[in-house]
Amino acid sequence: MNVVWEWDKAFEVLPVLLSGFFQVTLLVTVLSTVIAAVLGLVIAIVRRSAPRPIGRVVGFVVDFIRMTPIVVQLLFAYYAFLNVSPIVIGIAVFGIHYSTYMAEVYRAGIDSVPESQWEATTALSMSRYRIWTAVVVPQALRATAPALGNYAISMFKDTPFLLTIGVVEMVQAGLIFGGNNFKYLEAITIAGVIFLLASYPTSLLIGRLEKRLAFSN
Amino acid sequence: MEKRYGDNVVLRGLNFDVAKGDRVTLIGPSGSGKTTILRLVMTLEEAEGGYIFVDGEPLTHEERGGARVEMKGSHKHRLRQRIGMVFQQFNLFPNMTVMQNIIEAPVHVLGMSKKAAIAKAEGLLEQVGLADKAHSHPLELSGGQQQRVAIARALAMDPEILLLDEVTSALDPEIVGEVLGILRHIAETTDITMLIVTHEMQFARDVSNRVLMFDGGRIIEEATPEVMFSNPQHERTQSFLQAVLGNPMVEAAE
Repeated sequence: MNVVWEWDKAFEVLPVLLSGFFQVTLLVTVLSTVIAAVLGLVIAIVRRSAPRPIGRVVGFVVDFIRMTPIVVQLLFAYYAFLNVSPIVIGIAVFGIHYSTYMAEVYRAGIDSVPESQWEATTALSMSRYRIWTAVVVPQALRATAPALGNYAISMFKDTPFLLTIGVVEMVQAGLIFGGNNFKYLEAITIAGVIFLLASYPTSLLIGRLEKRLAFSN
Repeated sequence: MEKRYGDNVVLRGLNFDVAKGDRVTLIGPSGSGKTTILRLVMTLEEAEGGYIFVDGEPLTHEERGGARVEMKGSHKHRLRQRIGMVFQQFNLFPNMTVMQNIIEAPVHVLGMSKKAAIAKAEGLLEQVGLADKAHSHPLELSGGQQQRVAIARALAMDPEILLLDEVTSALDPEIVGEVLGILRHIAETTDITMLIVTHEMQFARDVSNRVLMFDGGRIIEEATPEVMFSNPQHERTQSFLQAVLGNPMVEAAE
């Protein structure tokens, strides 16, 4: 084995990686998380309260998305919608893919709201809309926020798959730098460190959030 | 009325009327179907047979052409607004403050202005002795305080019928009195029709004008509280009341 580490290359690649990180990796993670969180909630509510045939169809689509690899979905969407910019494809595919996982988390959260809470909403003649928005979702969210956060981190770490459809996110930016300079090790190592530095504090934050989310202040 | 859970028949051939302003207490051993009646009236459960009428209108089902037909959701929703319920376990919304719990239905169901609903809620909180707790969260309150909030929440809808389902059973003995005191006051100062399930016989005696004794899903005896508690006719009622109130005959003999 012949490991050669060159510090000057490391310092040279750092700004390249950071710009890929902030301009693409972080952007995709944040936007996809928002899409996944909203769409996941919609899926969970539809599966719980829509008429059975609709629930079945949604259930089938959800299973289909979860049973196929995200790379295949990225490539499929990329070639199916050649006129759409790859970064938009990436944001949509990550958002939709992870929404199916977040939907399961929401479902567990909704199931954790006790039957007695639903009974209280009936006794008060509350509308369906208020039952969901004022009682069930706020209570379900407390139970689910940490798990949702963990999926966001998971998605963050999956973003290098974007290189399969030609999006220059952080890792791809590093690979391009490596190709031009015949030095890959520094770029890949630092990219890994940046992932670690970003996800570790986030997971600590989620852990603290979990503790703070008990009811009452 | 007929109600089953699987093969277990909870209510059979049940039929009774409650007049406007009546305070009816349902007593009987656990599993005799008392709570089930309240839950049917609140539409928390569905019966397998029979009909419930509120002010002459069918609540959940009506007879149409010899068949038992379910009423429309909007009909149930409208009629249900005239009925309020207080639960054994309070069932306050833990994600809302006390004030939000109370004004939720007046604002979003009755369409009351927020200002008017808050003013009304403040009056009700005053009445239940919790004026200073409007901005607390339910889980910061004791069980007795939570139940008082739940009573205020039910009253905020101006119900014509109030269902009280073992409202003191989950409370410490020393707090039971304060909750019953509030309910006594409401009974004295309003004409709300009340259906009460309780094991507090003194409360039943003070508040109700009719007592129904249940056993095995049927009413086996009905009387005024005076008669029911001092001179029950049915043997099952006698043994039940002896068990609940203690046995004066045995004490006298000792």
